[in-house]
Amino acid sequence: MEFSCVTSSSSKPHVLAVDDNLVDRKLVEMLLKKSSCKVTTAENGLRALEYLGLVDEQENSLESNESKVSMVITDYCMPGMTGYELLKKIKESSTTKGVPVVVMSSENIPTRINKCLEEGAQMFMLKPLKPSDVQKLTCNLVN
Amino acid sequence: MDVISQLQRQFIDYTSSLYREGYVDDQFSQLQKLQDESNPDFVVEVVSLFFDDCQKLVQNMAQALEQQNVDFKQVDSHVHQLKGSSSSVGASRVKNACIAFRTFCEAQNREGCLRCLQQVNQEYSVLKNKLQQLFRLEQQITAAGGSIPMVE
Repeated sequence: MEFSCVTSSSSKPHVLAVDDNLVDRKLVEMLLKKSSCKVTTAENGLRALEYLGLVDEQENSLESNESKVSMVITDYCMPGMTGYELLKKIKESSTTKGVPVVVMSSENIPTRINKCLEEGAQMFMLKPLKPSDVQKLTCNLVN
Repeated sequence: MDVISQLQRQFIDYTSSLYREGYVDDQFSQLQKLQDESNPDFVVEVVSLFFDDCQKLVQNMAQALEQQNVDFKQVDSHVHQLKGSSSSVGASRVKNACIAFRTFCEAQNREGCLRCLQQVNQEYSVLKNKLQQLFRLEQQITAAGGSIPMVE
C-alpha cells in the first residue's frame, strides 16, 4: 500500500482527534501519525474546545492553538457534547470556522450524516477507520 | 526445519485459525499493519486497552442489570461502547455478541440481556487467551532472532 504525499517536516498537518473511547483514540492517533500528521487527542468535546481556545471566548493570543490545528476529526457519539455539537461550535466561531471538521461514527444513519454535512462537516466517515480513509483526508491538508 | 521456521509455521497456522474461526477479522490485520519499528508494541498496547475496556464495561453492564428497575438505555450505551471498540480492534465474535445484546436491550428483556452478558464475557475471555497465546508465539520468534510473518 503505497501512498505518497509531499510534506516537509516543518509543515506537518496538525490534527486534533476527539473520541471518548480510549481504544479508538489510540487507533486514530496511529493512523494519523502514519499519514505524517502531528496529532493531539482529546477525550471529549469540552477538552477539544479548550484546546482550540473557544471556551472562555479568549482573544487570540500568541499561544492559541487553534491557528495551529489543520483539521479536527471527531467521533459523533460522545457523552456530554456530541460530535455534532462540537462541529457546530467550531463552525460558529470566527477563529475556527475555516478548520475542516471530519465526523466519524460506527453507525450509518443517513439523517445523522446529512445533519453533519449541512452543518459544514468536511466529511463523514464510518468507523472503524482504515489507513486509506485517513490518507485521503490528510493528503488534502498538505499545502 | 529449524526452530525459527517451526515457530513461524506455528504462528501462521495459529493466526489463520483465529481468522477462520471468526475470532478476529480484517480490522485486526489492519492493526498489525500499523505496527512498525518505531511502534513495535502497538498491537499489544491497543489490545490491552481493549481488554481493560471490556472488563470495565462488562462490570458496568452487570451492575446495571442487577438493579431493581433496570435502566436499559444505560445498559445499551455500555454495549454500544463495547461494540465500537471490539469493532475497532477486529474482535469480531465480541462485536457480534454485542450486536445481539443490543436487540435485547431495545426489547428491554432482562433475561435475554443477562444471557448476552454471559456470552460477551465468554467471548472476551476466550479471545484474551487466544491473543495472549499469539503474542507469546511472537515473542518466541523474536527471541530466537526471527521475524514475524505477515498473515493475510
